[in-house]
Formats: sequence, structure tokens, C-alpha cells
Amino acid sequence: MYAALWRLLPGPWWAKAVQCVVLTLLVVAVCFRWVFPEVAEVVPFNDNTVDR
Amino acid sequence: MTRRLVGGFGELLITAGVLVLLFVAWQLWWTDVVANRAQERIVRSLTEDFRDGSTVGDDALPGLAGSRAFAVIRVPRFGADDARPVIEGTGRPVLALGVGHYRGTAMPGEVGNFSVAGHRTTYGRPFHDIDRLRQGDRVIVETKPTVYVYEVTGHEIVRPYQSEVIAPVPDRPGATPEDALLTMTSCHPRYSATYRYVAHGRLVETVDRADWRPADWTTVEG
Repeated sequence: MYAALWRLLPGPWWAKAVQCVVLTLLVVAVCFRWVFPEVAEVVPFNDNTVDR
Repeated sequence: MTRRLVGGFGELLITAGVLVLLFVAWQLWWTDVVANRAQERIVRSLTEDFRDGSTVGDDALPGLAGSRAFAVIRVPRFGADDARPVIEGTGRPVLALGVGHYRGTAMPGEVGNFSVAGHRTTYGRPFHDIDRLRQGDRVIVETKPTVYVYEVTGHEIVRPYQSEVIAPVPDRPGATPEDALLTMTSCHPRYSATYRYVAHGRLVETVDRADWRPADWTTVEG
């Protein structure tokens, strides 16, 4: 999977490395901003209230 | 071919593991960063509003229609500068922005049980140290005209469904209240939602904002 990605990216090795870093940061940003808040809705350990 | 499939599967598993670790980091660290920033901002805008006289507007809470921040809660035991906004309602979006006021329970200073919920961990964790509260510790609730001083009377650890702790007379649902009480709920133990840590308090002083001298009330003993 990652080997295929490495082959797909254009440029010399250092350009590929830079692109990998950027892609990783992009994935982290998307997770932090949109994915994880949705996941947190369904995990049970965030409850602090007593229910009526 | 088999080798490549197995290798690809392994990469997927590693990726999943890294994503789970990333989620833990987000939950335990990043939510604190974001929530603390937001809560400080709301406290600041409430404090300005309390001082200069314009009404508390929803502009303090973008994206939270129907929920209004109306008070600031300070617990000197949690720190000299401790201050969190109190927001109407106890839904998840509210609790990420401060301490939530259980709808239908008394308002600050009213006879009955002014009940609030706050995170023990994550999202700024306003009630992280709720188990350090001792009898006699003060909890200060500032509203625009008036500052209310409560004193902690005790605590209990209950199951999440035991909503009688926020009854007008705690643990005696249906009884008619005569005192102005305070109840704070949070999860227990830390990083778990199995139980609720519940601290109770009693109103001891009502002070006009004009006469409010924080230094008289914010010392912590012991």
C-alpha cells in the first residue's frame, strides 16, 4: 500500500518525502477537525451527567 | 501474491493502530486545548458583560442556539484563577464549552437545588479535581446582578441513573425544598463513566456585585 504510494508520487526521493509529510499532516488535520469529534459522540466515557 | 496481500493487510492493521493512538491523543490533549481556549473566551465575554451592563448575548456562544451562558462558576480549591462559564443545558456540545446547568433545576441563589455537570477529564476538564473538595470549601457563582457563595457540605458516589441527587432536596425526590442548595456532578473514576461523583453544597452568602470583594471569599484552607 505505502510502497505503491511511494512509487506513485512524482519527483526525486526528497520531493516524495515532503509530499508524504504533507499528506500525513492533512490526514491528521481532517481527523482532528471532522472525524474524531464524530467518533467522540458514540464512545461512552465522556458522560458526566445523571439522567432523568 | 499471497505475500503482497499479507503485507498489505499488515499495513492496514498498523494504520488502524496509529489512528487509534491519534484519537487518544486528540481526546486527552487536543480537546483540552480547544475547550480551555473557548471557555476562557466565554468567561471573558461574560465578565465584560457583567461589568458594562449590556445583556448577555448568544454571540458568546456561536453555533449553540438555545443555550445561553449566564453565570461564571469559580472553585478556589481548583485554583486561584479557576473560572468556568455556566451554560444552560447538559448536552455534549454544551459540556465542551463549560459547565452545564441541568434544565429545570433551581437557578443560582434560588431555593431548590442549583445543579451543574462538568467534565472530569477532557474538554477542559472543569471538574477534574472534584474529589479534592472538602466540607466548607467555597463555590462561587457569579451572575450579572449578584454573586452567590455556596459551601460544600459533602459528596456521594452514585450510578449514572440516580438522578435523585439533583432533586430539589437531594436524594429525596418529591420533597419540598426550604434551602438553596448546589449540586455538582462529574464522572467517576477518572477516564471512566461507570459512576458519578456528586458534590453537594449550601448557599451561605448572597452579595451584590457592587459589594463583591473576591479576596474575602477565595482563600482555601488546608
